[in-house]
Amino acid sequence: MAQQTSRNQQEEIFPGKPVKSLGEKNPNIERSHTRGTVFKWIAIGAAGIAVVVLAVLLIDIFSDGTVRLSKDFLTEYPSRHPEEAGIKSAIYGSIWVMVFTVLFSLPLGVATAFYLEEFAPKNKITETININIANLAAVPSIVYGILGLALFVRFFALGRSVLAGALTMGLLILPIIIIASREAIRGVPSSIREASMGLGATKWQTVRHHILPQAFPGILTGTILALSRAVGETAPLIMIGALTFVPFVPGNIETFSDIIADPLALITFAPMDGFTVLPIQIFNWVSRPQAAFHVAAAGAIVVLLIILLSMNALAIFLRYRFEKKGSQTR
Amino acid sequence: MKRIALIAVAALFVVSCGKKQERSIGGTIAIDGSSTVYPITEAMAEEYMKQNRRVRVTVGTSGSGGGFQKFATGETDISDASRPIKETEIEKARQNGIEFIELPVAFDGLSVVVNPENDWVESLTVEDLGKMWKPEAQGKITKWSQVRSKWPDRELNLYGPGVSSGTFDYFTEAVVGREGASRGDYTASEDDNVLVQGVSGDVNALGFFGFAYYYENSDRLKVVPIDDGNPDNGVGPIAPTFETIGNGTYQPLSRPLFIYISLESAKRQEVQDFVHFFLNNAPELVKEVGYIPLGETTYQHAIDRFDERVTGSVFSGGSQVGVDINELLQTR
Repeated sequence: MAQQTSRNQQEEIFPGKPVKSLGEKNPNIERSHTRGTVFKWIAIGAAGIAVVVLAVLLIDIFSDGTVRLSKDFLTEYPSRHPEEAGIKSAIYGSIWVMVFTVLFSLPLGVATAFYLEEFAPKNKITETININIANLAAVPSIVYGILGLALFVRFFALGRSVLAGALTMGLLILPIIIIASREAIRGVPSSIREASMGLGATKWQTVRHHILPQAFPGILTGTILALSRAVGETAPLIMIGALTFVPFVPGNIETFSDIIADPLALITFAPMDGFTVLPIQIFNWVSRPQAAFHVAAAGAIVVLLIILLSMNALAIFLRYRFEKKGSQTR
Repeated sequence: MKRIALIAVAALFVVSCGKKQERSIGGTIAIDGSSTVYPITEAMAEEYMKQNRRVRVTVGTSGSGGGFQKFATGETDISDASRPIKETEIEKARQNGIEFIELPVAFDGLSVVVNPENDWVESLTVEDLGKMWKPEAQGKITKWSQVRSKWPDRELNLYGPGVSSGTFDYFTEAVVGREGASRGDYTASEDDNVLVQGVSGDVNALGFFGFAYYYENSDRLKVVPIDDGNPDNGVGPIAPTFETIGNGTYQPLSRPLFIYISLESAKRQEVQDFVHFFLNNAPELVKEVGYIPLGETTYQHAIDRFDERVTGSVFSGGSQVGVDINELLQTR
């Protein structure tokens, strides 16, 4: 009796007849297909929401802001008259801060990444450094502002200068640069390392002539993306006392002829000068009661967006160029 | 060659860290502080520098508290403030050997607003506002009908600035009687434009913020006249206007805005010049940016106070409601 039942069950599970032919509908496969389609549309929807939100934001900003885009808007200083106010000091300030941020954080970040990937012994200290860097990348930006205020502005007595701002920003993006650089270095096949060492190259020669050139596109992309984050930051710079109304550009250096007239000012006077940046100017205009200032803010946002998009485009372009170059020498 | 260039840049970078503004042209006046006072200072700096191109005036917006922090360590020459300096801040300045001159520069009238479709509120007394905003009202006073029984049985939705703002400090002092004492269950925003949005889109709303934000949005907000129950400064409910705030009848929600000048900085020619320019041009420029000028004689008193270098604060810590600025300015 029991045997009988079990045979019946077996026949249900493995029916004697061959599996239904392809033309016939199998409910199981049918269901899987439906699920697949549903998931696909959910995924499209999810991606679509992000794109639609971005598009709405961009359209809104551009429709408000483009009326203000003119040569004057870029070359005038801030003013209490919203129609006459410009973002000259903010653009110059943003550029100055970015340049010094790169000068500070790129060498430091890349060197750290190389140390951790290529030279560091695998021990507790290295492990601690690793965990710390990962944690630092997640610290809120305002905390870097507090650090920058205590360390650079007060302790090193740099004041509320371009240099203090750039060093604070440099600290902020340092973990991101280190992590991106390490990824890029890790991406270099170990066969290259081994081949180089096998031919008698020293560690330094291997790093200098093989790993760095291979990892460079990745490092560069990571750095530019980190910089894009820094260029949009407000909180840490307000914390260290970056200004809002700045009727001059750092070092009074406005044109190339100013640089030629006094090139030393580029590195002596300008880095110690007061500054403001685009996000601070935008923040200030957005919070003003007069609607005309909101339009000016929209204009400044458009400029900031253009700068950000150009930086990202540059990252893609450089990556493409270096990768091509890298594959030729290989 | 590349390497040499790199080393050169690195070396110059290190050198630049050590040098301070030696090449500075003319003087620099560093101002920081309240973002409420910022538009006034911005206007002053802009106009002043049109006439004095060699002087650089920079203005920051760290807030009244953040401004005083920098002021007390001697990092700034002038501090903007939407409230009087606090005892703790005076103490900190004293420790660093910083003395200061306190000058009122303008009035702001905190405006209480409702939605234009709100047809039941004609005016409010200070007690009404207290009933709505006091800490004990939290979770209890949630309907308009609980404030006055003849008002409709509708939700009461409150909008106001965040607790860190000077506007909040002053409002609570004036309405509840204690600085910073307020219910917590209201919609708070540091950006007054958000409050304007909120009230203009909510029939049951009531909010408060600086006069300029009402003035710029008067087409989509209804301002509520306030009755302080004191016939000495105008009988009955009074709405905030340039006139009522300026002549002191819009009470108790008119508040003075200040600048604080470091005594040490006041020794410098450019700072003296700028402060005089500030006070002489205040009647015109203050109004232009949406605030209410003090009377002409009041500015003269302020100039005298500055010229005589009268230091210290006439406010014994914290905001005071309904003060007579002229009287205070003559306090020595």
